[in-house]
Amino acid sequence: MAKIKGTIIVDKERCKGCAVCVASCPFQVLHLSSQVNGRGYPFAEMEHPDQCTGCASCAVICPDSCITVYRQKFE
Amino acid sequence: MAEFEVEIKPENLVYGTPKLITDRIMHYCPGCSHGTIHKLVAEVIEEMGLAEKTIGVSPVGCSVFAYNYIDIDWVQAAHGRAAAVATAVKRLYPEKMVFTYQGDGDLAAIGTGESIHACNRGENIVVIYINNAIYGMTGGQMAPTTLLGMKTATTPYGRDPKLHGYPYKIADMMAHLDGVCYITRQSVHTPVNVRKAKKALRKAFENAMAGKGLSLVEFVATCNSGWKQSPVASNRWMEENMLPFYPLGDIKDI
Repeated sequence: MAKIKGTIIVDKERCKGCAVCVASCPFQVLHLSSQVNGRGYPFAEMEHPDQCTGCASCAVICPDSCITVYRQKFE
Repeated sequence: MAEFEVEIKPENLVYGTPKLITDRIMHYCPGCSHGTIHKLVAEVIEEMGLAEKTIGVSPVGCSVFAYNYIDIDWVQAAHGRAAAVATAVKRLYPEKMVFTYQGDGDLAAIGTGESIHACNRGENIVVIYINNAIYGMTGGQMAPTTLLGMKTATTPYGRDPKLHGYPYKIADMMAHLDGVCYITRQSVHTPVNVRKAKKALRKAFENAMAGKGLSLVEFVATCNSGWKQSPVASNRWMEENMLPFYPLGDIKDI
């Protein structure tokens, strides 16, 4: 069966750790990192990358435009 | 899960930062609705191919620096006068796409007169109105749009109608004016609402290019610093408290 998988790339320095993407993800893929970026904010990262479908909900709502979404179909 | 490793290549790209959003990191507080709305504006301009033809008018308020974040031509207007400046720009360059980007302090308080008269004249511009029911930049004071009972720096016991008057819905007022062709109220607190808001914004831009009259897109937005809540909690608070008073949807569409 074909599977659709997604992944995201977060611009860590641009992220302000508002966690709006974490709340918007329908599959609870994201969480805030335990590390902080150069400006002292924790940034969004994938906690369960295998559950990402590439729906782009996180990127659509991100106020700082720091998420890029990729999606691929596996036959 | 190595067998399902998604390759990072342009063919697999689903969603990326719009090209018109500059690399400069926005000064807005974490989770501020302005960032999402800036992104929508940039996406709509990019998709309509208007990057070289659009002139924005930025207000006074948090979004005063909008010209730093979207790579188009901008004018920065005096407080509340964005609609008047946009009128002049549009009349001098009728082939350009002109929009204003104003908060509730700018449009609904100091600039009420300019905004209402621009609507009444039916200028072919788009007014983007961000309503977060508070004066965010100056430290969270009461705005005309503040809800009854809402606590702000200047209404520490909640807004009392006997003392402070009632909140008002300027979008509903403007819907009565004949020069206005499209008024809608949107929000950006969930991905679904963001996608709906983008469609509304595109329609407003198309109306302005078609010369139908003034289009006003109100965004019910959050100010998590002013409301003293986390970004996620303020989205929830907005849904529970703001949206019953400022219901989403089209108010006027002709």
